[in-house]
Amino acid sequence: MSSELVERALNGEVRAAARLMTALESDPEAVPAIMSQVYPKAGKAHVIGVTGPPGAGKSSLVDKIAATYRDRGQTVGIVAVDPSSPFNGGAILGDRIRMQDRFADAGVFIRSMASRGQPGGLAKASQNVVALMAAIGKDVVLVETVGVGQEEIDVIRVADTTVVVMVPGLGDAVQTMKAGLLEVADVFVVNKADRDGADRVFKDLNLMVHIGMQEGKWSAPVLKTVATENQGVDELLDKVAQHIAFARQSGQYELRRRQAATVEIDAILRDRLLRAVMHRVPAFDRYAEEVGRRQYDPYTAVEHILQESGLGN
Amino acid sequence: MDGHDRGAKVVARLLRDAGFEVIYTGLYQTPEAIVNTALQEDADAVGISVLSAAHKHIFGETARIMREQGLADVILFGGGIIPPNDVLWLEQQGVRKVFLPGASGPEIIDFLKQAVTERRRAAP
Repeated sequence: MSSELVERALNGEVRAAARLMTALESDPEAVPAIMSQVYPKAGKAHVIGVTGPPGAGKSSLVDKIAATYRDRGQTVGIVAVDPSSPFNGGAILGDRIRMQDRFADAGVFIRSMASRGQPGGLAKASQNVVALMAAIGKDVVLVETVGVGQEEIDVIRVADTTVVVMVPGLGDAVQTMKAGLLEVADVFVVNKADRDGADRVFKDLNLMVHIGMQEGKWSAPVLKTVATENQGVDELLDKVAQHIAFARQSGQYELRRRQAATVEIDAILRDRLLRAVMHRVPAFDRYAEEVGRRQYDPYTAVEHILQESGLGN
Repeated sequence: MDGHDRGAKVVARLLRDAGFEVIYTGLYQTPEAIVNTALQEDADAVGISVLSAAHKHIFGETARIMREQGLADVILFGGGIIPPNDVLWLEQQGVRKVFLPGASGPEIIDFLKQAVTERRRAAP
């Protein structure tokens, strides 16, 4: 079933691609076969991550970035992630609200995703959906994360270029010195630059970037935008283009792809190993019960489980 | 969807709390845009709120374009200020369920849960 569906998707059928994305999200059994067809064709797109705190204007900016790429003759895929409720699993995916002008454009494919409990700012299937967007021929794939704090930086494993969007009014200079989000930026954007305090954020970011500068390494430029007025978006895309050119030339691109592949293989392997072990150890649940009752500790339980599954040494 | 979105937002929230993933598109959607969204998002169901008296046009066109695009199996439902006399006509156009003012949250949730379950069971 899925092999024919992939063929149809690769031939440009939107519904087939959309159904495959659902399968990538919801049908773990189908994923390996789909990805074996998709992955080899997924290398051509420029994947741009857009991340930042809630309310920074990520959706509006993504919308204007998409519009500008369209003006430049490029096709665009958008993968927009919003959080799932930890209590009932439901989600309201509202990123499309800011992208309405793109709805009628066949050159833009927007897919909303719920995070489904995955920490890190993306959904578990985001990476595969991005690959599918690339495989069906989108020149640029924009990945919009959930509104993030400081540690949700999974986007760097997916994106070739990461844009971190900041806004005035979220904190002082010390916030920008903390670890995490700021270290993953290839380009900084101070959005809502017409607001009070924008200059302060701009200067703070510039200072931080300046301190971290190293010879021969990419130093993230800081730009001002007003997404709702379409200000600064052209300049942003020029910087993004400079970044990918630099990354390709310097070997950073290859290095990042290899690091991302390591993490991906690692995650799939863990998943498969766990499933294989659970399959071979029917009494898996019993161990949890006994550890829960503090009959023995979890390390001992794992030792037993490994012995029982034949993986112990 | 027209210029009023309180009803739509309340329904979106109700459905979210019932565990649905709701793609909220915002106001003033054309039938073409609604269908394109359903297509790209591989939606199980499309819900439309109309309070502007344009319900015949919006539901009728949406249903027609859905059939044209091969989305006849996607559940189309909605509500708003709709005269009871128009319900039968809307259903004949392919609207699966029309909720009139006063419909309760559980009513909407139950309908959708059942319809989505049936649709998924029927899927190839």
